[in-house]
Amino acid sequence: MTATQNIRKSALLEIEGMCKSFPGVLANDRISLSLRSGEIHALLGENGAGKSTLVKMIYGILKPDAGRMLWKGKAAGIDRPVDARQLGIAMVFQHFSLFESMSVFENILLGLERDADPVALRKDIVDISVRYGLPLDPDRHVYTLSVGERQRIEIIRCLLQKPDLLVMDEPTSVLTPQEVDRLFETLRRLCGEGVGILYISHKLDEIKALCEHATILRNGKVVASVDVAEETTQSLASKMMGKEFRTAEQSSGQEKGPVRLGIHGLDHPARDQFGISLRNVELEVHGGEIVGIAGVAGNGQGELLRVLNGEETGIPAEAIMLDGTACAHLGPNPRRALGLASVPEERLGHAAIPSLSLVENALLTTCQRLGLLKFGFINRGKCSAFSEQVVSDFNVKCSHVNAEAGSLSGGNLQKFVVGREISQSPAVMIVSQPTWGVDAGAAQTVRSALRGLANQGAAILVLSQDLDELMEISDRIAAICAGALSPALPVAETSVEQIGLMMAGLDPRQDTEAA
Amino acid sequence: MTEVLIAAIITIITAATPLIYAALGEMVTEKSGVLNLGVEGMMLMGAVCGFTAVHLSGSATLGILTAALAGTGMALVFAVLVLGFQATQVATGLALTIFGVGLSALIGQDLVGVAYDGLPRLAIPLLSEIPVIGPILFNHDILVYGSFALVFLVSWFLGRTRAGLVLRAVGDSHDAAHAIGYPVIRIRYLAILFGGAMSGVAGACLSLAYSPLWIENMSAGRGWIALALVVFATWRPWRVFVGAYLFGGITILQLHAQALGAGVPAQVMSMLPYAATIVVLVLISRDRNKIRLNSPACIGKPFHPTS
Repeated sequence: MTATQNIRKSALLEIEGMCKSFPGVLANDRISLSLRSGEIHALLGENGAGKSTLVKMIYGILKPDAGRMLWKGKAAGIDRPVDARQLGIAMVFQHFSLFESMSVFENILLGLERDADPVALRKDIVDISVRYGLPLDPDRHVYTLSVGERQRIEIIRCLLQKPDLLVMDEPTSVLTPQEVDRLFETLRRLCGEGVGILYISHKLDEIKALCEHATILRNGKVVASVDVAEETTQSLASKMMGKEFRTAEQSSGQEKGPVRLGIHGLDHPARDQFGISLRNVELEVHGGEIVGIAGVAGNGQGELLRVLNGEETGIPAEAIMLDGTACAHLGPNPRRALGLASVPEERLGHAAIPSLSLVENALLTTCQRLGLLKFGFINRGKCSAFSEQVVSDFNVKCSHVNAEAGSLSGGNLQKFVVGREISQSPAVMIVSQPTWGVDAGAAQTVRSALRGLANQGAAILVLSQDLDELMEISDRIAAICAGALSPALPVAETSVEQIGLMMAGLDPRQDTEAA
Repeated sequence: MTEVLIAAIITIITAATPLIYAALGEMVTEKSGVLNLGVEGMMLMGAVCGFTAVHLSGSATLGILTAALAGTGMALVFAVLVLGFQATQVATGLALTIFGVGLSALIGQDLVGVAYDGLPRLAIPLLSEIPVIGPILFNHDILVYGSFALVFLVSWFLGRTRAGLVLRAVGDSHDAAHAIGYPVIRIRYLAILFGGAMSGVAGACLSLAYSPLWIENMSAGRGWIALALVVFATWRPWRVFVGAYLFGGITILQLHAQALGAGVPAQVMSMLPYAATIVVLVLISRDRNKIRLNSPACIGKPFHPTS
């Protein structure tokens, strides 16, 4: 921290009066901000506040309608990403641009502007990875790497350009707590060397931990520019959302209901060698309870969800019990009839069909429980009414309920999909990444709705990589690692560190006893 | 006996050469993420156009060039449809084959029965004098030498050059390649055109060297064998080479065996090259990890550039 305070140069990047409008929306309205070398500057805002639009203009992907940028005190015209890179601006995107079947080395080589001497490049990669604490084997293939390791490739790609400004778009959304700590160390070292960092996030405690200064956007406007040290997470949140920020109510502590979802000795071999085999999974979820499953992506969450919602069968019927009925041999529709609802992680193509309208997508999973079909004919009036209800309850922004699902933004579609399942009041609900890509305000709506559903007596299983979220909404929490599920522990008696250990496949209780 | 054997090996080489051209061309196309099922049609167009050019001009070089151009022209039609108009690759490729079969028959109507001596043999001085090895390796037409060179070239290009790396990257994830700033569509155009040119040359191998004449549908499914070779060789040039020789070899050997009167039905013997090639290539490429590493993940998927 002292290193960053020593470097008090003039502004590295200054933005004045940036405007950008899309048909019907003013995405950025006269935005100004200023960032010094060696400063970690947070850009904070909900989904749709205009953060991405702003950084896309800084990086030359979008052209501003008005406003100007000063780079090191001089007017800069950035029309293409190449211009930005030549000035010394590098960006790590939320979605990585990596080639799965190629090695780390080849991926880095492909990210360079021109051909490099392989021997020298290899040395540079090793140098940078040692210097900034980014361990990475250049010869590993990308598909064998975890998300955190993949992000390191992107960061190394950026650092090879020796940038003066590093823009990071929601870098921690997919990382484990340990990986987040590691990333922060790297970022602090970089800013200690005088690199400016523009850090985009809506996770407030990260911004508290990492950033000095924050520019807060709401509805395309700068609403505040603050010193992070003088703010609390609560005050940051209320500035960001423009209203008082409430966390979801914890469980009312009422008596547990009966076991509604029982998983007993569930074994399921992987479909192919890149899949994960589920091993002896044991879990019981009671009515009125939310159980969270933490885990790094790719440890069997997808497989567990598919086995639970009936996409994959071929296991003994008694391995999965829904309200006392053995159902592991049944397909998705019979399970829905028994009261199961599920929200898979992938919104387009798995949870919703992009080319069908919202009404039709609603019909697909709810027609049985809500009686939307009559002698095989669709009751369109009832269908539309149900969809309208979901859209208004969950504040889904769409032009019309007959709009194609694919035309909605990711966060809005997520709200619709989750809302569709919650609104049919299931007995058991399984949700993967309930608030993935959803802004803080809408995430609150979704979490409250889940809690409300539990309070009505439903059993809810939440799979998420967002630990904070799990800690907030779950009553008990378990972790999945390489297809094995740890026992579920009450959240009140568990720390984030313990869950981190569980996610790595260790038993925290034994660990503490040993220590 | 030795002379019979040498003669057999030489025919094997001539039988394998068209497969090498067609399969390597298709492999480069597929590595860029495009599946072109029109190989058979492009080969036939190459065969008929090459033969026409030789018939009219008498120049073998002109014949081969015309064949390559004819294949490229067919590939251009395909490329415009699938890249420009985002047509489905599988359907467009099938249509290209049907189109090529018909058009080549039309062009070649008057050529049926016309004779040609075949491409001149270019004996390499001194080396071709070596007993046994000389006639086998160093006394061929230009297309055979070219096919050897092509295996080296494609293997070097894909594995050792930046352009080859970019081509593979486009086939692995066109979205990532686009995001980094590579011209996905342009690269795929070039890869498709290269595949077309090589299919055209493969056609020339048939009509100018293997059996120097033109008959309708003379490729007899070799375009499909080339496509299968690419997949079973898990997109690796040297395996394509091995597969092509295996197929060519068994084709010739079973002909000899039939001539010698082996007590097996002719249909079974004719089936052998196809069955054996598939079995052997499946066996050597069982490793799913290797398949994952070498197969282009984006194959057959249309690319819609965004932003």
